[in-house]
Amino acid sequence: MPEPIRLKTPLRDEDVERLRIGDRVLISGILYTGRDAAHRRLFDLIKEGKELPFDIRGQIIYYVGPTPAPPGKVFGSAGPTTSYRMDAYSPALIERGLKGMIGKGMRSDSVKEAMRKYKAVYFAATGGAGALLAKRIKRAEIVAYEDLGSEAIHRLEVEDFPVIVINDIEGNDLYIEGEKRYRKT
Amino acid sequence: MREIDVRLITEKVKELCIRANTELGEDVLQAFDRAIEKEESLLAIEILKELKENARIAREERVPICQDTGVAVIFLEIGQNVRLVGGDLKEAIFEGVRKGYREGYLRKSMCHPFTRANTGDNTPAILHTEIVPGDKVKVIVAPKGGGSENMSRVVMLTPSDGIEGIKRYVVQRVKESGSNPCPPTIIGVGIGGNFEQAALLAKKSLLRPLGSRNPDPELDRLESELLEEINRLGIGPQGLGGRTTSLAVHILMMPCHIASLPLAVNIQCHAHRHKEIII
Repeated sequence: MPEPIRLKTPLRDEDVERLRIGDRVLISGILYTGRDAAHRRLFDLIKEGKELPFDIRGQIIYYVGPTPAPPGKVFGSAGPTTSYRMDAYSPALIERGLKGMIGKGMRSDSVKEAMRKYKAVYFAATGGAGALLAKRIKRAEIVAYEDLGSEAIHRLEVEDFPVIVINDIEGNDLYIEGEKRYRKT
Repeated sequence: MREIDVRLITEKVKELCIRANTELGEDVLQAFDRAIEKEESLLAIEILKELKENARIAREERVPICQDTGVAVIFLEIGQNVRLVGGDLKEAIFEGVRKGYREGYLRKSMCHPFTRANTGDNTPAILHTEIVPGDKVKVIVAPKGGGSENMSRVVMLTPSDGIEGIKRYVVQRVKESGSNPCPPTIIGVGIGGNFEQAALLAKKSLLRPLGSRNPDPELDRLESELLEEINRLGIGPQGLGGRTTSLAVHILMMPCHIASLPLAVNIQCHAHRHKEIII
């Protein structure tokens, strides 16, 4: 098994161009968190032609709703949530420069098409590995929508955050290819 | 009559909520080990090892195994010779959930179905109560995440569908769920009863220790056949391809109406959390 690729945010076109499905990647830098409610708000801002609460160009959004941080910890348990619920909003964000998304589960054709067109990738983090993933988060602060509680947009500083490439810019899908490879029916 | 103060139950529910969410069962860890031995995909092996490491960190640092600390599903078995004193039992249990989720820094996930406004304390819990012989109270807390619950189904098959129809439906359900319920999963199957009983059987079947045999030889064989078929699908851990789509299939069955064949499939993610206590 090849060594993981190390990536630093923000991501440039050449960073995502070399990624292929099945690549293990360790991300260092910044991740923005966001799930259902935050996506809805970002999408509404775009529709109204307003500024987003952070510069989305080159950034990665992590679909997560953490547990509350206990005293002495930077962040609570923080594994990915299922991504398809963000599918309706993602193409508009990708069009505005979003380069990466981290979640779990398959994306819609329109998200995959947007990734191909504007050069973005979709990564999976291991669902249910919230305790392990939280240890890679070194700092956390809320940047928008504090009223949403665990769904607020946080800016996370991460070190060697482990993910796997699910969709690359060539339109490949690891969920489809992986299953095909091991199917015996 | 033996008297039990419901305030004791509050404390026990609180502890069980925290322990269930931070201490993964030994049976699940052993099932990960067996899966690592059998797995052909290197990526799948990496993921299974990650899950073991995650469980170790959660236990040692007292942080939740998964950020989705779930709906608090609680099974209560109350001995018929017990007299509960000191307050309202249901309220005492809900108070235990409130305290557990607050003091354990667990995520509160219960919300209004329309407005999606969070109830703020993870209540109401889902409570299943049974009156049994004896003078003890058994409390099982089984937090259940949304991702795997969303992939679960109840279906009313026709009697002519038979065992083959049941197998087809269960395998198809796992196939269609793909990576969404966080595989490797445990598949709880309830057969018979009626509409709501089938769902309850499926959920209860999940409580049996992983690696244990079904006491009914016919169901035991059906469990093995289903597991083999499911693991031929190739979905694998996290849906990235591999031999380990499910760790186990568990079945509970009871008689049903002559016109019906109720079937429920309750999918459980690998963060298979439940803890119990007998008072």
